[in-house]
Amino acid sequence: MTAPIPFVPLPARAPPRAASGLLAWVRRHLFGSPGNALTTLALAGLAAYALPPALRWLVGSAVWHPDYAACRALDHAGACWGFVAEKWRLILFGRYPFAEQWRPLAATAIVVAALVVTAIPACWRRWLGGVWVLALASFFVLMSGGILGLARVDTGLWGGLPLTVLLTLVGMGASIPIGILLALARRSELPLLRALATLYIELVRGVPLITVLFTASFVFPLLLPQGMRVDVLTRIALGIVLFQAAYMAEVVRGGLQALPKGQYEAAAALGLSWWRTQQKVILPQALTLVIPGFVNSLLSTFMDTSLVTVVSMYDLTGALRLALGDAQWRSFFLEGYLFIALIYFACCFAMSRYSHWLEHRLNRWTRR
Amino acid sequence: MPESDPIIRLAGVNKWFGHFHVLKDIDLEVARGERIVIAGPSGSGKSTLIRCINRLEEHQEGTIVVDGVTLTDDVKAIEKIRREVGMVFQQFNLFPHLTVLENLLLAPHWVLGLPRAEAEERALQQLTRVHIAEQAHKYPGQISGGQQQRVAIARAMCMRPRVMLFDEPTSALDPEMVKEVLDVMIELAGGGMTMLVVTHEMGFAKSVADRVVFMDQGQIVEQAPPEEFFAHARHERSRAFLSKILG
Ligand SMILES: Nc1ncnc2c1ncn2[C@@H]1O[C@H](COP(=O)(O)OP(=O)(O)OP(=O)(O)O)[C@@H](O)[C@H]1O
Ligand SMILES: [Mg+2]
Repeated sequence: MTAPIPFVPLPARAPPRAASGLLAWVRRHLFGSPGNALTTLALAGLAAYALPPALRWLVGSAVWHPDYAACRALDHAGACWGFVAEKWRLILFGRYPFAEQWRPLAATAIVVAALVVTAIPACWRRWLGGVWVLALASFFVLMSGGILGLARVDTGLWGGLPLTVLLTLVGMGASIPIGILLALARRSELPLLRALATLYIELVRGVPLITVLFTASFVFPLLLPQGMRVDVLTRIALGIVLFQAAYMAEVVRGGLQALPKGQYEAAAALGLSWWRTQQKVILPQALTLVIPGFVNSLLSTFMDTSLVTVVSMYDLTGALRLALGDAQWRSFFLEGYLFIALIYFACCFAMSRYSHWLEHRLNRWTRR
Repeated sequence: MPESDPIIRLAGVNKWFGHFHVLKDIDLEVARGERIVIAGPSGSGKSTLIRCINRLEEHQEGTIVVDGVTLTDDVKAIEKIRREVGMVFQQFNLFPHLTVLENLLLAPHWVLGLPRAEAEERALQQLTRVHIAEQAHKYPGQISGGQQQRVAIARAMCMRPRVMLFDEPTSALDPEMVKEVLDVMIELAGGGMTMLVVTHEMGFAKSVADRVVFMDQGQIVEQAPPEEFFAHARHERSRAFLSKILG
């Protein structure tokens, strides 16, 4: 008989490493693999090397007052925000008469407020249309004046941020419905309609925006009958809308094609007409699918508006160039561009985050 | 329309997909309240046949008359027939962006023009009938396949159709869900609904059908009451099919 084997418990296993908390997050995301760890270290090193001088230039040694002599003395060893402090009204509002610049400010604020309201799903009601009619009407009244004792301001003098916002808004707002119609036409069973839509879309997509703007600005007036004039801003806006619509059409078509045939068949079998089918079944699904594409277009329209400077309209970028026309401040262009870059970035970042959130929310039905 | 007239009449129907002759000289009459099971091997044209009845497919020759309305290119005639004929698909084809209740409301409201409250009442009534009223506010993606198919049946029934077409309604379901859908269909049949059912569920055919229509290669090979069809099929092709499917 052998002696009983003594009971020796196995040593306890180490507790699992913390799966949550800051430390766990850092471990998993920044040092998850050797490659990750190396990248983290390299980037940290780069930041340690580059950040202090950058911050010193941006903030520490910067000149904040519109003091030209101080800026000169600095000799670019620090940022000269004095340029922005001196010229910000010109950059933001372009050539709009100086004394009247509260008007573009108010007009832009009203439109931005309407945008914010529109972004809230709880406000997606019929009255939202009324809000926009009011917002756009007050925008135009404030900007162009001529009534209510406001001095008349020619659209040629509109500029800066209000112009950028207006062109983006009109460009998106009008090109989405036109784009939807074009996309539906391109998938129509009527051969003529389909051919026309395809022709339009392919033609426009083969032409750069700058050509469209030139045409709208210089060629189009020549084609008008004698004595008839269309305002330059209207022509430019129309050009942007017609251009953007072709791209929107393709974005929407992508969504339409992603839907299974069964959706059309189920709607048809229930007796829904073609329009009702599109309105109630197809488009709500297709448009939700293509939100990322819409936002892509929105952001590129927002930035493409800077092309209108080539036809002598001064959007945000153009107005900055006006400001840089002042020989004294010309060498501080970097500060100027950083300033408007900040504005562009803030707007684009907000739109991008919002679209992520919206996509998630509208897609509730795909989640189980 | 005298009640004795057939509710559906197909005479000399031919259809081609390109050069492929998918329906060949189809003659078929369906009486009011009749339950027909259409059987046949894959690719024999069963789906195409019932899809011609509500014009999801267009036939090229012959006539199709549904409840006195002849199918032509006339959109009004097509819309009228689609209001009278409900359809249930293999893949359910519910609208995923709408809740169950909204799926049911859509056609009564927008096609029949019922006020929302009335459409909703009708919808809830149908949902109760398929034993699923408690799911009314869920999205299709949140319920099981069997439940989805029952919703699809309720959706079609909300239009108060005179005929119901079923295209393999249980083929996409997990086995344990087949019965709940068949039970709903049996209840419908018990209520006197005219039904054309494409299915491989021969048990359903035996217990519910008034007639089995057997198709092969685009033709109706034979039609007979189920007892007769299953016991003594007259054609070689039917017997071959039966031996395969019944094992
Ligand atoms: N849109 C189409 N274009 C071309 N051929 C088609 C089309 N739809 C169906 N077919 C062909 O027509 C034939 C009959 O198809 P149908 O779907 O009616 O068969 P089925 O009897 O329902 O078969 P299954 O049991 O596989 O559903 C098949 O060979 C199929 O490939
Ligand atoms: Mg089939």
